[in-house]
Amino acid sequence: MANFNLKINGKTQQLDVDPTTPILWVLRDHLKLVGTKYGCGISQCGACTIHLGDNAVRSCQLPVSAVGNQDITTIEGLSENGDHPVQKAWLEEDVYQCGYCQAGQIMNASAFLKKNPNPTDEEIEGAMNGNICRCGTYIRIKKAIKTAANTKTV
Amino acid sequence: MTKIVTHYNRRSFIKVSAAAGGGMLIGFSWLNGCKSNTPEPEAGVAVPKEWFEINGYIKIGDTGMVTIYSPNPEIGQNVRTSMPMIVAEELDVPWENVLVEQAPLNTGWYQNQFAGGSLSIRLSWNALRMAGATGRRMLMEAAAKEWGLKVSDLTASEGVIKEINGERTITYGEVASKAVGIEVPKEVELKSIKDFKLIGTSVKNVDGEKIVTGKPLFGLDFHRDGMQLAMIQHPPAFGMTVKDFNEAEIKSMPGVKDAFIVDTTVEEPGGFDEKGFKQLIAIVGESTWQLMQAKKALKANWETTGELESSELHVKRLEKALASGEVQESRRDGNPEAAFKKAAKIIERTYSAPFIAHNTLEPMNFFANVTEDSAELIGPTQTPEALEGSVSKLLNLPLEKVTVNMTRIGGGFGRRLYVHFGVEAAAISKKIGGPVKLIYSREDDMTQGTYRPTYRSVYKAGLDENNNLISFSVKGAGLPEGPVFPNRFPAGAVENYLAEKIKAPTNVTTGAWRAPRSNFTAGAEQAFLDEVAEAAGKDPIDFRLELFDRAIKDPVGEKHEYEAERYAGVLKLVKEKANWGTTKPNVHRGVAAYFCHSTYVAEVFDIVMDKGQLIVQKVWCAVDCGIVVNRDAAENMIQGGVIDGVGHSMYSQLTFENGAPNQMNFDKYQLIRHSQAPKEIEVFFVENEIDPTGLGEPGLPPAIGALANALYKATGQRYYNQPFMTEKQVVG
Repeated sequence: MANFNLKINGKTQQLDVDPTTPILWVLRDHLKLVGTKYGCGISQCGACTIHLGDNAVRSCQLPVSAVGNQDITTIEGLSENGDHPVQKAWLEEDVYQCGYCQAGQIMNASAFLKKNPNPTDEEIEGAMNGNICRCGTYIRIKKAIKTAANTKTV
Repeated sequence: MTKIVTHYNRRSFIKVSAAAGGGMLIGFSWLNGCKSNTPEPEAGVAVPKEWFEINGYIKIGDTGMVTIYSPNPEIGQNVRTSMPMIVAEELDVPWENVLVEQAPLNTGWYQNQFAGGSLSIRLSWNALRMAGATGRRMLMEAAAKEWGLKVSDLTASEGVIKEINGERTITYGEVASKAVGIEVPKEVELKSIKDFKLIGTSVKNVDGEKIVTGKPLFGLDFHRDGMQLAMIQHPPAFGMTVKDFNEAEIKSMPGVKDAFIVDTTVEEPGGFDEKGFKQLIAIVGESTWQLMQAKKALKANWETTGELESSELHVKRLEKALASGEVQESRRDGNPEAAFKKAAKIIERTYSAPFIAHNTLEPMNFFANVTEDSAELIGPTQTPEALEGSVSKLLNLPLEKVTVNMTRIGGGFGRRLYVHFGVEAAAISKKIGGPVKLIYSREDDMTQGTYRPTYRSVYKAGLDENNNLISFSVKGAGLPEGPVFPNRFPAGAVENYLAEKIKAPTNVTTGAWRAPRSNFTAGAEQAFLDEVAEAAGKDPIDFRLELFDRAIKDPVGEKHEYEAERYAGVLKLVKEKANWGTTKPNVHRGVAAYFCHSTYVAEVFDIVMDKGQLIVQKVWCAVDCGIVVNRDAAENMIQGGVIDGVGHSMYSQLTFENGAPNQMNFDKYQLIRHSQAPKEIEVFFVENEIDPTGLGEPGLPPAIGALANALYKATGQRYYNQPFMTEKQVVG
């Protein structure tokens, strides 16, 4: 066990955990921030995507000891009132079916749009390929990303 | 208006109230300090000070806010939005005044509280309409009594009751307290379908805001203070059981509270019990990561008690079953053998599909709190009533001492019809004497079993010298069940017809996987008919329409599951919408139509091949599911079904060696991803006033046939064996 001070969603959190614990389980089990989902544990499905600084990362394979003082943002902290353009676009397109993967999709899409505000279809597919949606809402996800890109430029 | 006799009476109301422990319905609270059910009014309706229970589906607040309880499990099929829409339609309240809550399992009030067979809307259509209409009637009676008028002197709409020949109005919120004492009417009037205001529109998912902001919704998110976490380890192969393990070492690991072997066998198991491994190693502790580490440190002795099967063996068994297996069920019209003898052309083809896993993105999990004389279960189940029954048997508790609450479910696809993970949670809770949440790892989930069976079928067709289909036969084998629907198309459309179903043994456990058997038969049959149409020199749509014509005018045999007019209807609609018959350079087309779960779907695929990679450019879908309840969500279901069909027929398979699946996680098990999904899917519904049927499954099966037929056009090769990426002409 070891002590860590993590900056999560703008707040500093003190923790005493096994240093090998992935951030996913720190969030879910220790901090009760359960918006970040467990899907595969091996960085293959993207359900656990969070932001480390400005980058989308898979929290299931990111040990707590590797974070240092980098800012962590989870789906709960993406916006204060659920009104990030990507969240709003998801609502507008009524994207989800079961909804389980969508937090990861939204976190990946929001980091991607920050780097590439006007992506082509192919760029969206490339950026989002690591996020599985078992229900098959891919077309709506793509549409929502375009909707978000458009609202951002307005 | 339709008059309909209600089956509610005072007695059932009381029975239900009592069953729920005094209050009508008891929900469960989520995380500490996080009230998930706090009303969040959107359109200016204030939070009520007092709520009045009108019936098991409806609670009305003094401000006019309405809570509608959604009875069935929500697995992504939209019932938590679309079922309450039906109640709200007949109650006649503005949708923005409605809050939706998940009802717990309550067999006194609700029927058919399960998610399976695309049946939620179909089976509950009348009950939901009655619930709304009964509530409306009771509110009107209360207002009539208040004003000294008759109900026929009043109208009710959008949550407001008005006097027809007067000025007085009263809102549902104002009259709700008085409606509680009104006798439940014996008969209620339902709206005319043409008067629907909400049904048929597009209503946004009621959980949308919670989904996009990461609020706790799913079973895996559930937390209660004092609960432990648990993980299981099942044997590494089918045909193995656990003997013992390094218990002392595991128990001494950090964060581990207990470790033991748990037996989940129940007496007289039901259809949803017979899956999985019955003896498991359970490890209990405080954090998931520590439990995962303990699982890694397990050293177990597994005993081989059955055959350790391989994919090679599975193929041999299926071939043997087709050659000499015992036919279980069949249908015979005319004399197929004699007709094949005199046929001018005979086409015979064999189709196959592998075992596949459901792979719901939320792995199996359940919360259980078992005490001396009660069991509380909370989590993702498609069959809460079956779970209640199994837990009652496992713990030897009366049914009324077992409660089941449903969380939102991170994917079903049939996987959570099976109740073993809830039963396992109950067994572990009993052993440790406290509340516990059981969590499967992805590997536990993918290797546990309950797979879609593997299938192999032979289709045979005979054409006469005028290229008329005079004889048709299908012989289907599967581990463990044959994939044949003897009374579906083309039964009824062919003079000489034979359908035979054969089963073959396996110790790999299987279960219902989205559109059971149809997820194979549609692809095989529709690809086969495409080939037969080609041999007959006919357009594939015209060829099918000719067959439907025969089934309409002069059907062969007595029993048919389908209505030929509706079947032909979706084909004609998709033909028109896709501009069938036109061509585009390098774009290849395929068509298929299928009927299952009481819904008709026809699909046209346009594909291109880019260096051997499949790109599905566009899919047109024509759907006849009767009345469409929530239009945009209905389109979403069909789109998802198409993508699921493309994904699994193209990329997914489980193969076996020494009794164990070779694929344990998404690194080796391929699921369709963003770049592989069709670029566009357009959905068209047949407009009619037929009672609605389900959409969870019917979009998937025809996608496989339409894809196979388009791939043939693109590559010149027919695709007989799923997943198609294993064939040489395409790259996975």
